[in-house]
Amino acid sequence: MTIGLGHYLTVAAILFTIGIFGIFLNRKNVIIILMSIELILLAGNINLVAFSAFLGDLVGQVYALLVLTVAAAETAIGLSILVAYYRNRGSIAVEDVNLMKG
Amino acid sequence: MIFPALFFYLFSGVCIAAAVMVIAARNPVHSVLFLILAFVNAAALFILLGAEFLAMILIIVYVGAVLVLFLFVVMMLDVDFVELRQGFLQYLPIGAFLGGILLIELMLVLIDWTIGPNVQQTIAAPIPPAGSAFNAEALGQVLYTRYVYFFQAAGLVLLVAMIGAIVLTLRHKPYVKRQNIADQIARTKATAIEIVKVRPGQGL
Amino acid sequence: MYYAIVFLPLLGAVIAALIALVGARARHPGGPPDVGAKNHAQGPVEENHPRAAPSPDSAHAALDASHSEPQPLQPPAAGSRSAELVTTVFLFASLLLSWLAFVDVGFGHHDSRVALFPWIVAGDLKVDWALRIDTLTAVMLVVVTTISAFVHLYSIGYMEEDPYRPRFFSYLSLFTFAMLMLVTADNLVQLFFGWEGVGLMSYLLIGFWYHKPEANAAAIKAFIVNRVGDFGFSLGIFAVFMMTGAVDLDTVFAQAPALTGKSIHFLSWNVDALTLICLLLFMGAMGKSAQFLLHTWLPDAMEGPTPVSALIHAATMVTAGVFMVARLSPLFDLAPHAQSFVIFIGGTTAFFAATIGVVQNDIKRIVAYSTCSQLGYMFVAMGTGAYSIGMFHLFTHAFFKALLFLCCGSVITAMHHEQDIRHMGGLKDKLPVTYWTMVIGALALTGFPLTAGYFSKDAIMEAAYVSTNPMGLYGFGTTAIAAALTAIYIWRLIFMTFHGSPRDRRHYDEARESPITMLIPLGFLAAGSIFAGYPFRDLFAGHAVSEFFGDSLKFAASNHILDEMHHIPLVVALAPTLLMALGFAITWEFYIRRPELPAELARQQQPLYKFLLNKWYFDEIYDFLFVRPTLWLARVLWKYGDGWTIDGLGPDGISARVLDVTRGVVRLQTGYLYHYAFAMLIGVAALITWFMFGGRVS
Repeated sequence: MTIGLGHYLTVAAILFTIGIFGIFLNRKNVIIILMSIELILLAGNINLVAFSAFLGDLVGQVYALLVLTVAAAETAIGLSILVAYYRNRGSIAVEDVNLMKG
Repeated sequence: MIFPALFFYLFSGVCIAAAVMVIAARNPVHSVLFLILAFVNAAALFILLGAEFLAMILIIVYVGAVLVLFLFVVMMLDVDFVELRQGFLQYLPIGAFLGGILLIELMLVLIDWTIGPNVQQTIAAPIPPAGSAFNAEALGQVLYTRYVYFFQAAGLVLLVAMIGAIVLTLRHKPYVKRQNIADQIARTKATAIEIVKVRPGQGL
Repeated sequence: MYYAIVFLPLLGAVIAALIALVGARARHPGGPPDVGAKNHAQGPVEENHPRAAPSPDSAHAALDASHSEPQPLQPPAAGSRSAELVTTVFLFASLLLSWLAFVDVGFGHHDSRVALFPWIVAGDLKVDWALRIDTLTAVMLVVVTTISAFVHLYSIGYMEEDPYRPRFFSYLSLFTFAMLMLVTADNLVQLFFGWEGVGLMSYLLIGFWYHKPEANAAAIKAFIVNRVGDFGFSLGIFAVFMMTGAVDLDTVFAQAPALTGKSIHFLSWNVDALTLICLLLFMGAMGKSAQFLLHTWLPDAMEGPTPVSALIHAATMVTAGVFMVARLSPLFDLAPHAQSFVIFIGGTTAFFAATIGVVQNDIKRIVAYSTCSQLGYMFVAMGTGAYSIGMFHLFTHAFFKALLFLCCGSVITAMHHEQDIRHMGGLKDKLPVTYWTMVIGALALTGFPLTAGYFSKDAIMEAAYVSTNPMGLYGFGTTAIAAALTAIYIWRLIFMTFHGSPRDRRHYDEARESPITMLIPLGFLAAGSIFAGYPFRDLFAGHAVSEFFGDSLKFAASNHILDEMHHIPLVVALAPTLLMALGFAITWEFYIRRPELPAELARQQQPLYKFLLNKWYFDEIYDFLFVRPTLWLARVLWKYGDGWTIDGLGPDGISARVLDVTRGVVRLQTGYLYHYAFAMLIGVAALITWFMFGGRVS
């Protein structure tokens, strides 16, 4: 059968949902959260490229390129924060990260 | 004929399975490796869509740099995964419920949609017909002309990220010798040289 | 001239007040209270007590400090002498002008109305400040200014050691001004202004020594009980306005005859208008003149300095009620039921106060109850319609009662503020002037023939006897018994104070006669007590009444009481004198011949003695009926009404609810990232659901 736009969008949706689950279902460590964010961004990218292909518009791919850039930057900063936090607290278990408790 | 569909299902299935394993694996290194797998399969999906430049960029930059960075950090932080607490199942019911709602709604959107009739006229940068230019060339012609400001802005974002990473994690180790250029230049004759009168035969 | 009479005391009061304020400022130049000065001032007192060698000053100070001397020793206020002199001189000027006015208005019949300023113009109500000068006013002017001037002079001597004299003299003059406004009022509102003014000054003067808690309590009590009376008075004024549409006296009097038979719808009853009005107005008089039921403040008012008692609670303020009834005689003459009530109250007061006065031991309280009793006499006269006789007794009573009070003050000063007559005795030789003037006052009070009191008091009893009012004979009976009791209590006072052997040796040795500034007023008032009767009896109680008083006192067509008074049996005419002699004889027996009898009688009649000594238990009854419930209600309103309801629903309640809400909201801030992400997920799901199914294009 012909793979249509909808299929790609479905795949992206499922990836998005898995990423969301990863954020709050994990109790292990904070790195899992960062990786889940990557998954969400990937889902967004797949969406953009799929639309670009089926509408015949290159803007989608340009946009995906820029998203890629931002994702990389954000990952770098996130990991730096994590490293700094680990140096101060000695643990990255999610349950211990509650200094902002109000 | 069925090959595109077959490859599509193959790649998307593996991608989704790998994503699930990312969050389900016990060993964080395994999680990173599964994420790499998911990205590679996503790149394959991109190639199926005809965006081969983007697929390569995904592998080279994203997998090759960013996820390797992840791996560095995971291995640098001494995470003892044996004793990690399991509270996984506490939120599973309600989380699954909410995720299910989200998924179903997304599906509902997809079932009943059509592309608007006016979209063809509003295409900003039409894809050149197949065979006339490579994907990279086509992207370049659009990116450096009409979207050059965004390009520069992306560069600035990367600059800021670089600076931020250094600021957050740089530690001066106390026993490492390094130069302090300002001190070196600020030396004067008075502080640098000490003139001693030496009696012959005496030494210092 | 009338401007001067009324406003000179005000001017004097203002000047003295300024002196007082400037002095107070100099003494305490601002900032927190000067603790050092007070300690320093206490120093001399502490040193004096243990010193063995007594010098007159230290002994004097020690005696004073051991009694009711209320002030911490402080230097006298600056400018005291000038304050005293200014106010006293102004008052004497007022006095001279008042006597001139008396002659002018009384005999020359130059009634006048002096308009001062407009005051209220509100719809139908038009009230002006105006002075109404007629004979009644002139009589009161004379009384008020004479007594006030002599009290000012007396106070110069009596308050010699007091450090706050400017304030005292300012208050005295201000009181005089308020009283003068009251008696010259041309409309009910101005009268009420004076009424309230004298009440206020009474409060300030009773509580003059405000460091004493008893003085504060007495001042509040006086003011509050007066207030109860004033409430009735205000209702009366409102009723007058409602029925006649005006409050100035001319209009009201002109319309009074038209009101007979009209009734007011009052709390679902139909009451005769004039009776109700007069009863309400009389309620004010009951409060101001300390009649039965609203009398409890007068004995406690003796906490104030003796000149205050002489001026306010003997001669002027308490007579304001009597004056008011006389002024409103056109109204009262048309309301016979109200008049009956007046006689009833007056007679009961006369009797009841005299019974209490017989057993009291504080010298000023005896005279206070005497005042209460004599006011009852005046109201009996008013009630029977013999208004001029009531005024006559007011006139003579002012002289001898003020005299009695000032003599008490002289005794108190000589005995270094000792006020209990059980600690006195044998002062006859040490204080001769005081003794003889007090005897004159006592003779006048009891109605010894040819003294002033004789003419006025006997006239009242005769009027009560012939009155056609149903309560007339009740009035006669009570005043007769009271006459005997009057003799008993006043001669008891004199015998225990001046005769016999001294019961307190130390005070007796220290006693010496008062300074001349205190003796001059005694002399004048003694002269007045003797000579204020005979020359005036025709004017007040005889044939010249209608010519003398003219229109100021209205006698209804049916009121022939003044004529009928002269047609009574001889026994009745002599009854007061006989009763007085009987009382004198009893007292002589009890206190001179056989001094052990009083104690014996008290022991045998213990319940009766206790009943009288405790003032018929009125204070206890009122405390139970009114004071406690009021305090309870106030506490409930404070704790629950104010505290629980208003604070609870208002600031405290709102702040507590805010804290509750925040405590709940704070629980959302767990600090865990995945909780936040979870919340975001819930939000996203909700938003998407709403967008898809909430009326938007899906």
